[in-house]
Amino acid sequence: MIPAQFAYARPESVDEAVSVLAGSGDEAKVIAGGQSLVPLLRLRLAYPEMLVDVGGLDELRGVSDEGGALRIGALTTHYDLTRDPLVRAHCGLLAEAAGTVADPAVRHRGTLGGSLAHADPAGDLPAVIVALDATLTARGPGGERQIGAANFFADYLTTSLDPGEVLTGIRVPKLGPGWGYRYEKFHRSAQAWAIVGVAALARREDGHVAEARVGLTNMGPVPIRASATEEAVAGAAVDPGALREAAAHADEGSSPPSDLHGAADYRRHLARVLTARALTAALGE
Amino acid sequence: MTAETETAAGGQAAPAGTGTISEIGRRRVRKEDTRLLTGQTNWTDNIRLPGMLHVAFLRSPYAHARISSVDVTAARGTVGVIAAFSGADFAAEQGSLPCAWPVTEDIVMPDHPPMAVDEVRYAGEIVACVVARDRYAAADALEAIDVDYGPLPPVLDMTAALEENSPKVHAAGNKSFEWAFSGGDLDAAFRDAPVVIERTFRQQRLIPSAMEPRAVVCAALGDEYTMWSSTQIPHVLRVMLALVTGIPEHQLRVIAPDVGGGFGSKLQVTAEEVLTLLLARRLGKPVKWAESRSEGNMAVHHGRDQLQRIKLAADRDGRLRGLSVDLLADMGAYLMLVTPGVPLLGAFMFNGIYKMDAYSFRCTGVFTTKVPTDAYRGAGRPEATFAIERIMDELANELGMDPLAVRERNWIRHEEFPFTTIAGLTYDSGNYEAATAKAREIFRYDELRKEQAERRAANSPVQLGLGTSTYTEMCGLAPSRILGQLAYGAGGWEHASVRMLPTGKVEVVTGSSAHGQGHETAWSQIVADRLGVPFEDVRVLHGDTQVSPKGMDTYGSRSLTVGGVAVAGACDKVIEKAKVIAAAMLEAAPDDLEWSPGRWSVRGDPDQGKTIAEISLATFAAHNLPDGIEPSLDSDATYDPDNFSFPHGTHLCAAEVDTETGQVMIRSYVAVDDVGTVVNPLIVDGQVHGGIAQGIGQALYEEAVYDSDGNLVTTTMADYLLPSAADLPVFQTGRTETPATSNPLGVKGVGEAGTIASTPAVVNAVIDALRPLGVRDVPMPCSPERVWRAIQLARLGRAPDSGDAPSAAPATPPASQAHDAEVNPAHDGEGGAR
Repeated sequence: MIPAQFAYARPESVDEAVSVLAGSGDEAKVIAGGQSLVPLLRLRLAYPEMLVDVGGLDELRGVSDEGGALRIGALTTHYDLTRDPLVRAHCGLLAEAAGTVADPAVRHRGTLGGSLAHADPAGDLPAVIVALDATLTARGPGGERQIGAANFFADYLTTSLDPGEVLTGIRVPKLGPGWGYRYEKFHRSAQAWAIVGVAALARREDGHVAEARVGLTNMGPVPIRASATEEAVAGAAVDPGALREAAAHADEGSSPPSDLHGAADYRRHLARVLTARALTAALGE
Repeated sequence: MTAETETAAGGQAAPAGTGTISEIGRRRVRKEDTRLLTGQTNWTDNIRLPGMLHVAFLRSPYAHARISSVDVTAARGTVGVIAAFSGADFAAEQGSLPCAWPVTEDIVMPDHPPMAVDEVRYAGEIVACVVARDRYAAADALEAIDVDYGPLPPVLDMTAALEENSPKVHAAGNKSFEWAFSGGDLDAAFRDAPVVIERTFRQQRLIPSAMEPRAVVCAALGDEYTMWSSTQIPHVLRVMLALVTGIPEHQLRVIAPDVGGGFGSKLQVTAEEVLTLLLARRLGKPVKWAESRSEGNMAVHHGRDQLQRIKLAADRDGRLRGLSVDLLADMGAYLMLVTPGVPLLGAFMFNGIYKMDAYSFRCTGVFTTKVPTDAYRGAGRPEATFAIERIMDELANELGMDPLAVRERNWIRHEEFPFTTIAGLTYDSGNYEAATAKAREIFRYDELRKEQAERRAANSPVQLGLGTSTYTEMCGLAPSRILGQLAYGAGGWEHASVRMLPTGKVEVVTGSSAHGQGHETAWSQIVADRLGVPFEDVRVLHGDTQVSPKGMDTYGSRSLTVGGVAVAGACDKVIEKAKVIAAAMLEAAPDDLEWSPGRWSVRGDPDQGKTIAEISLATFAAHNLPDGIEPSLDSDATYDPDNFSFPHGTHLCAAEVDTETGQVMIRSYVAVDDVGTVVNPLIVDGQVHGGIAQGIGQALYEEAVYDSDGNLVTTTMADYLLPSAADLPVFQTGRTETPATSNPLGVKGVGEAGTIASTPAVVNAVIDALRPLGVRDVPMPCSPERVWRAIQLARLGRAPDSGDAPSAAPATPPASQAHDAEVNPAHDGEGGAR
């Protein structure tokens, strides 16, 4: 790696990280696993003057049970998410999606917080936490604040975090009994980003869909919910025809990109096909 | 990963106690791997010399532009910077990068300055450089260089480039050469032919992706220059550096340390090598350059990039009558070491393993404002094999025949060898029936056809396709006489020395230059058998022109069939020399001695004998040698092959195609290859596995894409997709062994076979799956989107050739389709990084 020059700090507490960030203006970047930022540095697409390495902040690592929700530290790695018993038991969608990120080396270094704060619409976890209705916790000079997942992603590679804020973790409501899930990731090779990803959660009751939540990866500058499908599928019979019909609305309101791996119309088509598949799987069909 | 069946008799070592050592055919673990896999070696970028400086190159952001001015003043003033230069600073001494293969007398061969002086002709061409104390300072200072460009129109499409009013890449025009040959009466073959099939296939542009990117270190010591380079061709490079720079050849030493792969990309004399040498001379300090993957993608020579118009005439019973091929081959902006020769290496291969009455071939080399193309694994032969194997499937479909049956109808039968083809090559040996029968059995061809029929009947969203490729190729480059006839600038021989050390150990010096192939192991096996010494007692030296002074290096699956044969020849000379000295030691007449591996003994009195180790020690002491006998067993051999090597085989691929998404999944893949006598089955498997993976890469994943301004878009592994083990099926490999009759070891080349064979097998499988939907072709790479669009078009009654695909951008959606958003630039991250 031959990046441009930068200063480097490795704070020993979140408060110290916040104060280093506050003293560094707009040109500081937080680095954790480095799996998104390092490539940008290497290609000189990012020129931060200061890197604040939060890798030593063990208080940001791990998963705890808060009764109705799980609290997951920002430094929890993708690999840990795939293995954690609490995550697997109460929000298995997150464990499943984390297991599809890149390759084992990336999953061992990359972190949940880094993936969310990078806000790449092609990243897998943003759409997943949007579907899970998670809440993100940030700490800044003014203290701690909670941000709903739907409001966290502001634009392409942009979040609603203030420059002085550190993402410390997320809070995910536990899924109760009856919920199923599926993350359908469509990509050209095992290590590649999703061309489209569909994060589906659904609860089944008496052969019908009681409720469903669908998050879409890479269908616009930010992860979105397939609201039209969610509405259409609620109360529908659990049969392939009905689910396909509801999924036909999946791309409504999206604005997918056109790039080397897929033009926008193809992505819209994929979103519809994959949503049907994800819902079908989530409902145990 | 391998499910393997072998017919090879040589799969096992000879039973102990027979008195013979049989190393050839043994599944030896490679002796070089400990060092390579644990990093106990120096790759070029690990080399650090006292006072070493680092060079970084500034590359053109324009595909085509005139250079008005280059100002390096500010860069020179940057901290840590020692020097900065523009092309004008080198104009008097840099010469022109060489092309050793002027295929025609009237070929247009433009000047190719290592650093552009007046004009740049592809994005990525070097325009300036900075030399600094470390590579960070060098990279930083590049940003301070001010270049004033006057943009010129890019030339991106080969067909358009040949039109009268096209912008010109070079003043002499966009056509470099036209080369043609034919055999038989083509008009007669096509006249009244009951079946004529015409197709256009596109060989997309590929980027070789060796695991180790390129790197060079050059140091001037006294009046000698030493260059370490991650190259396949230290010997050729030395000669060419002398010719380009005027530095006398005997004052140049080139070292290829351990090299992490090449696939043809390091069969080159690069601008970076020449400039690093000139900088070391100018500054009197060692200079290093090492590329990043992104820099490499836009600067290493590319591969393939042909537009193939192919026409086949046949009888109703499937018999081939004639074949005509008209190629456009993209040279890129300049001719590099063997650029124009690559399509010629395919010219003799479009007829494949088939008999026919007539064949004609024509190729036009076209200049574009893109990175130059040159050799990439298979070089010309994958392109040819793809075209013939794809169109054979089209013929089978047209006639309602099984694809294997139409092939069998036409292939050369085993009893017909040696067979001179319509292209004029004499195939020495082969058994296409045996390889195909075996592949069919392992693949369970008939069962899969049954399942395919069921899925078709059920209108399953996931269809099954079976793809066939019965390939051969010409390799083992090459008989010098034929290279001369093809206007190549060098010969095709190889050199070897065998040195007997006093303790009976053996040093083998080879002119082959290993960069991952396992020469040290294979050569040790050959020598162990030949001389009757333990495998462990052999050491193989290579890759340094001071250690191995003569060689033609490694490419074109030539090492074993040429270099390995030279090693065996040198061993034979050692044995003959040892005979004379053994006779003196045994006080017997040389003619009364007989050789058993490792030992000369008196015929009829086997107890009276001397081992090669004893003879070596006696030769070293030299106390009692016969008069006139020099005290040395060491021997050289230089071998020039009489013929090419023709490995062959049958590859079968079963692919599942998701017709809703376009996703292709390879379900099973069977390769039965006949590479003649197998020296090391493990190495052969490795070559076949890697080759298949690379061919699958072309079929499904890889493509160098340029935008309409001529910028390379696929500069990282996020955009230039390579398959990894996670994307590939278990390869089922099998072998038949029909020894080559053209060399004493019976060996055939294997380095490129897998790549050559696999691409058409995979694409044929994809098309076979989709035929009921009306799809007759999908342009490579068969990405999910391309497959999906082919299905959509077929539903509308349109079935385009892959030749219809635009070369400047993949998978363009219909014009009426509005794009919702712009291209997503953040994914310019390198492979696997999130």
